[in-house]
Amino acid sequence: MMASSYNAKEEDGHVAVPVGGTIKNKKPDNTAFKQQRLPAWQPILTAGTVLPAFFVIGLIFIPIGIGLYVTSNNIREFEIDYTGTDIDDPCFNCSQSFSWNNTRPCTCALDFSLDHPFESNVFMYYGLSNFYQNHRRYVKSRDDSQLNGDINSLKNPSKECEPYARNEKAPIAPCGAIANSMFNDTLDLYYVHPNGTRIQIPLSKKDIAWWTDKHVKFRNPGNNPNLTAAFQGTSKPINWRRPVYELDTDEENNGFINEDFIVWMRTAALPTFRKLYRIIQKKNNMTPTLPRGNYTLEVSYNYPVRSFEGRKRVILSTISWMGGKNPFLGIAYITVGSVCFFLGVVLLIIHHKYGSRNNSADIPN
Amino acid sequence: IQSDGRNRLPGKRRTVVARHGSHQHEYHNISKGYHGNRIRTTKYSLLTFIPMNLFQQFHRTANLYFLFLVMLNWVPVVEAFQKEITMIPLVVVLIVIAIKDALEDYRRYRFDQKINNNIASVYSGKHQTYVDQHWQEVRVGDFVRLSCNEIIPADMLLLYSSDPHGVCYIETANLDGETNLKQREVVRDLPQQCSELTPENFHGRIECENPNNDLSRFRGYVEHPSKVRVGLHNNNLLLRSCTVRNTETVIGIVVYAGHETKAMMNNSGPRYKRSKLERRLNVDVLWSVVLLVIMCLTTAIGHGLWLSNLKEAPFLITDSVSPALAGFYLFWTMIIVLQVLIPISLYVSVEVVKLGQIFFIQNDKDFYNENLDSRIQCRALNITEDLGQIQYLFSDKTGTLTENKMVFRRCTIAGVEYPHEENGEKSNEKHVAPDRLLVQKLNCLSSPLFLLRDASMELTYIVDFFMALAICNTVVVSSPNQPRHVVCNIVPEVSPTKLKSLDEIKMLFQRFGLPRFSALSPPHNTGSPRSFTRKYFTRRKATSFRSGELGSWKGIEDNMVPLNVGDMSRLEISNGEQGSAGEPGADELIYEAESPDEAALVHAARAYGCTLRGRSVEHLLVELPGMGSLAVRLLHILPFDSTRKRMSVVVRHPLTNQVVVYTKGADSVIMDLAESPKSAERSDSMQGHIRKQTQKHLDDYAREGLRTLCIAKKVLEEEEYEVWLKHQVFAETSIENREELLMESALRLETNITLLGATGIVDRLQEEVPETIEALQKAGVKVWVLTGDKQETAINIACACRLLRSTDHLLTANCGSKVDVILLFYITSSPFKFRSRHPYICFPNPGLVYGCTLDFALQDDLKDNFLELSQHCRAVICCRSTPLQKSQVVRLVRDKLRVMTLAIGDGANDVSMIQVADVGVGISGQEGMQAVMSSDFAISRFKHLRKLLLVHGHWCYSRLANMILYFFYKNVMYVNLLFWYQFFCGFSGNVMTNSWVLIFFNLLFTSAPPLLYGILDKDVSADTLMKLPELYKSGQNSKAYLPSTFWLTMLDALYQSLVCFFIPYFALNGSDADLLSFGSPINASALLIILLHQVIESHSLTWLHAVVLVGSALFYFSFTLVFSMVCVTCSPPSNPLGVDKLQMSEMHFYGVCALTTVLALIPRLLFHALHNTISPSNTLKAAMMDQFNPEDYCKRMQRWNQTQAQTNVKSLITVEHSDIMIPNCDFRLPEELKEFGTPSSPVLS
Repeated sequence: MMASSYNAKEEDGHVAVPVGGTIKNKKPDNTAFKQQRLPAWQPILTAGTVLPAFFVIGLIFIPIGIGLYVTSNNIREFEIDYTGTDIDDPCFNCSQSFSWNNTRPCTCALDFSLDHPFESNVFMYYGLSNFYQNHRRYVKSRDDSQLNGDINSLKNPSKECEPYARNEKAPIAPCGAIANSMFNDTLDLYYVHPNGTRIQIPLSKKDIAWWTDKHVKFRNPGNNPNLTAAFQGTSKPINWRRPVYELDTDEENNGFINEDFIVWMRTAALPTFRKLYRIIQKKNNMTPTLPRGNYTLEVSYNYPVRSFEGRKRVILSTISWMGGKNPFLGIAYITVGSVCFFLGVVLLIIHHKYGSRNNSADIPN
Repeated sequence: IQSDGRNRLPGKRRTVVARHGSHQHEYHNISKGYHGNRIRTTKYSLLTFIPMNLFQQFHRTANLYFLFLVMLNWVPVVEAFQKEITMIPLVVVLIVIAIKDALEDYRRYRFDQKINNNIASVYSGKHQTYVDQHWQEVRVGDFVRLSCNEIIPADMLLLYSSDPHGVCYIETANLDGETNLKQREVVRDLPQQCSELTPENFHGRIECENPNNDLSRFRGYVEHPSKVRVGLHNNNLLLRSCTVRNTETVIGIVVYAGHETKAMMNNSGPRYKRSKLERRLNVDVLWSVVLLVIMCLTTAIGHGLWLSNLKEAPFLITDSVSPALAGFYLFWTMIIVLQVLIPISLYVSVEVVKLGQIFFIQNDKDFYNENLDSRIQCRALNITEDLGQIQYLFSDKTGTLTENKMVFRRCTIAGVEYPHEENGEKSNEKHVAPDRLLVQKLNCLSSPLFLLRDASMELTYIVDFFMALAICNTVVVSSPNQPRHVVCNIVPEVSPTKLKSLDEIKMLFQRFGLPRFSALSPPHNTGSPRSFTRKYFTRRKATSFRSGELGSWKGIEDNMVPLNVGDMSRLEISNGEQGSAGEPGADELIYEAESPDEAALVHAARAYGCTLRGRSVEHLLVELPGMGSLAVRLLHILPFDSTRKRMSVVVRHPLTNQVVVYTKGADSVIMDLAESPKSAERSDSMQGHIRKQTQKHLDDYAREGLRTLCIAKKVLEEEEYEVWLKHQVFAETSIENREELLMESALRLETNITLLGATGIVDRLQEEVPETIEALQKAGVKVWVLTGDKQETAINIACACRLLRSTDHLLTANCGSKVDVILLFYITSSPFKFRSRHPYICFPNPGLVYGCTLDFALQDDLKDNFLELSQHCRAVICCRSTPLQKSQVVRLVRDKLRVMTLAIGDGANDVSMIQVADVGVGISGQEGMQAVMSSDFAISRFKHLRKLLLVHGHWCYSRLANMILYFFYKNVMYVNLLFWYQFFCGFSGNVMTNSWVLIFFNLLFTSAPPLLYGILDKDVSADTLMKLPELYKSGQNSKAYLPSTFWLTMLDALYQSLVCFFIPYFALNGSDADLLSFGSPINASALLIILLHQVIESHSLTWLHAVVLVGSALFYFSFTLVFSMVCVTCSPPSNPLGVDKLQMSEMHFYGVCALTTVLALIPRLLFHALHNTISPSNTLKAAMMDQFNPEDYCKRMQRWNQTQAQTNVKSLITVEHSDIMIPNCDFRLPEELKEFGTPSSPVLS
């Protein structure tokens, strides 16, 4: 069936009619290329030739692995689940009574304590589990030109956004399932001073999105400073409580260029993911960003996860040159390096046992 | 007329009338449907190219699959990518193929244009003269005038020739490669034969067959206004693309033009064969399909289950599709997503690789032949790798193993053997050193001291013998300064000739006139020899030959022309090589013969002063020793054919003036035809003696490996001749059954002939044939020789080329009846059955099968026995085999044993065998181009086969096999990455890569390296491959591409994809990585793994590899980088902006890539290292030897050969001598070859 080849040369050939009696010397050129004598490196993989590579890999990988492992261990990370699946959980009530159209926010507070101080900038993430932001149809359900500020697309969203393109004739801005399902919990962090006072920790929402997204990919329509006018005639996504031009009061963070929105729109690769929510800037070198002690997390619980057995978390983490905390890479490097080293030893033994035989005069048959 | 015409040529006739003649008014009606002379071999025109080419391309399943995917992507519910993206592979493939087709077609177009615009001189009705026209304007019914060396523009009926005898010569080299001249005759009995033909006066109406492709047949007739019909046959037809030679002007009327000419209708073009590897490949493509279906089903079911477990989720786009239906849709989506798994581009790549391989084969300087200025021709473009898998080689003998340059070696005349001792190795076909004894005997004739009483009957035999050698042929004579001109009009000087001796010779012939009984009652000339001579031998000034009336005695004067016998003692002076050349320098003669044997014999005769000096239609000019040049009236030529196995000429003997038939043919035939002793009681002892002696000498010759030919003579009584002549003329003029009648007539003539003697012609082995055969046998190729020659000759040649060794046991099957054959197989099979229980014992039995036995052996019920027996033989030689038998043997072996066969031959008789074999190799040599035309590869020497198979075959096979495996690996490895991702995206058919990158990954980023790998990879150097033929066995056993290697590769691909997916997965799980940031390190490491995998698999890396590998990697990284910076909204569903730019600025990315790449490649590296160290293959050991310095290399090479020899000795057990004889069945088992004595009495009866 697949057998039909491209070479079916059914065409007829010519009878060669050498009209002119010219005698051509058909002797092929004696070049290294045409005679297939190009100088070549011929790698022959035997225990003898391969074992240095294994040792070298082992020797390089183990230190790298140790370095990565140490780096990863130095990262402070704290994670708290606030889904509220158990009846004892502070957010249990909120999670039970849910409706997208709920106008009265349900709030709950979680207490936790940090055993170690967080010295550098702390990144605050929200994490979702079992949330398939990478579902094919979900991923497609957006209109990039609309988000890029195209007026035309604003009024006529791409059909990829269906069924979240229009709400009773009015085009939805931003359209599509991704925007529609935007994470809308608000999280506040309080430091409980040993004397009992709650100090709200300032959370910066600047620079949580990629610079290219914020400045190139996402644009508000029509360069109109008045967003209300710019979004005139559009409808808010069905699940949203506020229209897109009311996401923030800061004009630089409103509309399509709202950073929370941009972060959400960059769909996660795996069903368990975290997204950057806020950054806690280090104030000075004297005090840690988050000192040791007790904290309270206040959640305005809006986002439903119960229907798909999802989990919601808040993660506080510092980062290093290798990114966030993940001991896997370090361990993997150490393991692979060790395995390579071990294999190198095995090859060395084999090389001594067989290799000499090959190099000696006798060719086994 | 028409109804009559219908009766004669039922259903298929065409009428041709002159375009500008008296039939002008009906010309248009008649020739409405006839093609013009314009040819068009192109497939497309400018307008039709796109639709036609597309139509043709979509005949291919692979393209249909592509199209199906594109269509599928247009269905909204299953749509996986943007519509344009799925079209890219299809468009790319279509464009690549279309460009290739267009270039080929353009080349054909240019060629057509060139041909169509050739100029021919065509009669124009308007100008009343011949004007130059383009070939394409020539129409049926046109009169075309051609000069010497012009190419014939269309099939024409020859109406006029400037030659006084109404013949013209054409060279058909363009048609069949034969360079000898062929004679064509003017249509007989035309009214204006003498004066130049005027087209206006041609009123004939030509009725002939409809166009067909039979080159050797043409039937029809011309009807003159007087209702007289003249038969037309093949000899009247000038074929398109032949060249007019030796004739000043010819005029013909076009009967077939353009595509209806025989030359065009014979154009079959290159052939398509499917290689064994490709068949294997197709099986694995089917496995890929199975794999694809399994993967898609898994995903589809997974998606259905996943959906049914979810009630409501914000990431679900709710529609009313049930999970089952969604799963069904997803199945098709996945087919689009995973389409790369079916390696469609593999077919294009394989084709490109084969073109590259052919480029290198054609450019190998070792295949260049200085003498012919020819390279190897690859006519089949797609079976290069089959060259590396040949298991059985079937070879022709003559011209293939041997030079087919016949050299006269020795002869026997009248029962006396002349060994020609001086005629050693240095002699060639042109220069024969004469035998001293024979020269002495002949010298009597020319010696002034010659006395009649010394003469013996033997002398007449000798003269007749050489006379026969000189004239019993179809050799055309020309001289270098007058190329290809018939030397018939030599004006000899009148010189004082020594007619004394001529008279005496005459008397001699009178005395011992042959046949002897005719000498008892001499026919007409009863007068004294002297008066006879006076009467018929008149000195005269011969100017030219006129055609005399048939059988008229008046012409005799013309016939007997003693010429220039000046140098009587020539032979004495120069019995060296040059002496035979006769006349000094200026007019050295060139003989153009149809077969090399003929030329050899003519040259041999010339060495004894019996020189053929010229030929016209009715005369032969022969120089005889002591007699000068004589013109011999040629009455008839009965040409050679394979059924009669002989040829004859009927001449009027210049000396006796009798009608004499000289016959030359295969010994078996002539010996049977030679008159039986009974018919001539008087000389029974004499003839019987000659017969006996000659037979003995013939056997000796055959044993020596000489080709034997017998020469015989017959003298016809005038009445006898008249009777025969009537039949012959009737046969010649009849239109129906012409061939049969002519054959019958020939048989009637060739009876009761007198044996004169026999010749032994040596056909020397081509250079390096023994070495080549030895190497091929070492390489595990079973060599069979299929020859039409005799058993003894065949054995001899087989010994000479080391196919047989002197210690070999020879099993000869030479049975007369089927029962014997059955018996033979029964007896011989028993020891072999014994053998099969002891697989280590090997009988090095070369088998030998005689033609007639072969017939029985090929019958259905004995086939298997024959094969079983032959499998135990190291070599098989089939003697006396016909072309049909040859092809039957090849087919039998190919089909029953399921092995790869190669047939090599040079002549027309090998064509069927060449076509049947998996690989057909033609040798472009002496015997025309037919074998080459039907072959897949055409080489010029047998020795080229060694490099072609051992080096190029080995390379092509291992390269292609490895490349195909690599392709499968590459696709499975990459596609599995997408498959694993399905487990983490709800089986929704999503991919973690930008779809552009996804499509280009296979099409651009990783396509060039495997191509280079397939064209340039070199596991072992050419030198080593030539020196160690054993290495060929790896290809024969398909070592490089076994099902196990395929599945091993698949497993490795699976492992690599797992590593490549899950290392990034664990490194990024739970992080804030978005879809493309997750895909980026996976893609990058997949690319690195795939490229480095190739480095591991490669056996040789040149700077080209480095360029392509590094180039591919750079291309990928720069492409993604640029894409991530430029593409803002260009690729809607995915979101590449900034991703790769960001990724490539992070250490994490490189950390992941490095780890993944290393971990993925470790097992393969380890496997190779362990396998190569613990049990290295022969190929690898050879490759290792390549790396030593020359000294060590030599040492190792020696040691290798020693060990190989030892192992061979170990497996060889000699069989006890046991000679089983069965009545009526001549076979021996086993027999020492050196004891091979005189063959027992002929079994054929």
